Amino acid sequence: MSYFNAVRVREDIPALTRIINGRPITYLDSGASTLPPRSVIEAMDTYYRLRHANVHRGVYQTANEATDAYEGAREAVAQFLNAPGGAEGVVFTKNCTESFNLLAKSWGVANLRDGDVVLISEMEHHANIVPWFQLRESVDLEVRFIPVDDNFELDLTNIDELLRGVKLLSLTAMSNVLGTINPVKSLARLAHEHGALVAIDASQSVGHLPIDLVDLDVDFMMFSGHKMLGPTGIGVFWTRPEILNAMPPFLGGGGMIADVRLDGYTPATGFTRFEAGTPMIAEAVGLHAAVRYLEGLGMANIEAHDRELTVDAISRLNDQFDGRVRIIGPAAHAERGGVLSLDVEGVHPHDIAQVLDEIGVCVRPGHHCAKPLMKKFNLAATARASYGPYSLPSDTDALLEGLQRAITFFG
Amino acid sequence: MSNLENLYKEIILDHYRTPRNRGELPPPASKTEGFNPLCGDELTVYLNVTDGVVADIKITGQGCSISQASSSLMSVAVKGRTLDEVREVLAKFKNMMTLDGEVVDLTDPLNRDVLRSLGELAALQGVSKFPVRIKCATLAWNTLSQGLEEN
Repeated sequence: MSYFNAVRVREDIPALTRIINGRPITYLDSGASTLPPRSVIEAMDTYYRLRHANVHRGVYQTANEATDAYEGAREAVAQFLNAPGGAEGVVFTKNCTESFNLLAKSWGVANLRDGDVVLISEMEHHANIVPWFQLRESVDLEVRFIPVDDNFELDLTNIDELLRGVKLLSLTAMSNVLGTINPVKSLARLAHEHGALVAIDASQSVGHLPIDLVDLDVDFMMFSGHKMLGPTGIGVFWTRPEILNAMPPFLGGGGMIADVRLDGYTPATGFTRFEAGTPMIAEAVGLHAAVRYLEGLGMANIEAHDRELTVDAISRLNDQFDGRVRIIGPAAHAERGGVLSLDVEGVHPHDIAQVLDEIGVCVRPGHHCAKPLMKKFNLAATARASYGPYSLPSDTDALLEGLQRAITFFG
Repeated sequence: MSNLENLYKEIILDHYRTPRNRGELPPPASKTEGFNPLCGDELTVYLNVTDGVVADIKITGQGCSISQASSSLMSVAVKGRTLDEVREVLAKFKNMMTLDGEVVDLTDPLNRDVLRSLGELAALQGVSKFPVRIKCATLAWNTLSQGLEEN
């Protein structure tokens, strides 16, 4: 790899020292969750050993340190995204799914009325489908879908028509099933021309592609920390501060209030209004370390690294299996990320994953929380291999070896 | 025996490649659908119960080798049996599948008897060592169980 040394990155990842069934682990499930580097684990460890205290409360030194660490993470995320308005628009959530629920149940409830339209796509994760269906139970909302074409890309032929009457375009930046990278920037411009706001699911892209919110000019962005080398238990919801300040509270309780009386309460302003209860302080510290680590590698370098691995894997899969292994996603030359959904003729993805496990290869079988998309392509499941910045061509070697074994075993 | 061979015994592969009692039954046979929401497997069990006997059973659907083989083995095990016998084999099978990943102690005469009484179904015992695959093996049985209740 010419962009950065993935072998060095590998040395930073303790989980990659595991031996599974007698073989060094081949981790090809970064699409589900990435493996944290030592710096992330140590930052959380140090926090718990030396600095732990509740935030925004105490006046003693470690409480101040904890508050600084928590708010420092917010700053770091805002800079990482080049967020307009800085840290003021960054809300910490449990994960991307909670971020989408915050969008639907706070902004959505306050802004969407009978007859309004939310435009999503057929390649969305359930996190960007179900909250809209839930909202439809109380508002007569139309949930409209941008179709996916046979090249596994958005079919934008009728996009002007699709955008008619739309209040919100909510779209994934990169499909977690197909690897397709969507033209978010141009679609956001078009959606704005139609008077819609734009929300972007960056879960699959945030650890793999550079993000610049000023350049993208979108209105909401959400993702999970554990898909960008950070810990589980923390997600991000970002919006422009002026939109955030007009959103009603979502979860109620301590921390999110300005005042509570016997006859009612007044919510706090800004991001505080959306962070009820003691937040995920250690996870924010870990996320901060993950942001620093990714910045050290360079997001453009990670993108190039993913690309090199993916192009190589697609050509080798096609050469070695001669059509028996079908890649459910765009071809190598298309705009795509390091997610390879495989359909092996005559062998179920569960069985593939089981045989792969036998040689220590971790892939994900299933519908990847995107059932409408799977149904569209008449698939119950795929076996998905996905890369991270620590992945090497030797991971692809192990994948191919395992696929060959599975095909031989099941005949 | 390697882990894989323990899981994918020859009988299982045989039933996967050549499933028995595949297809549909016309009404008045009952029709029960089963889903595995985690992996997307789908199964439909058609049951024809006459005079307290499973006169015929057919199964359609898609899924992994374990779920397909388990449904095929199940159809053979219950076809022509009385409802009481079917309930008994159902209970024994589910018991075998919920051993929490423990290897069955075959020196225990009780376990030996149960496994022997299960016949070919005992081939699926290796699945209990793979906790995530247990739901693949039990999908057909849960669907059958639901079908019997509705009957």
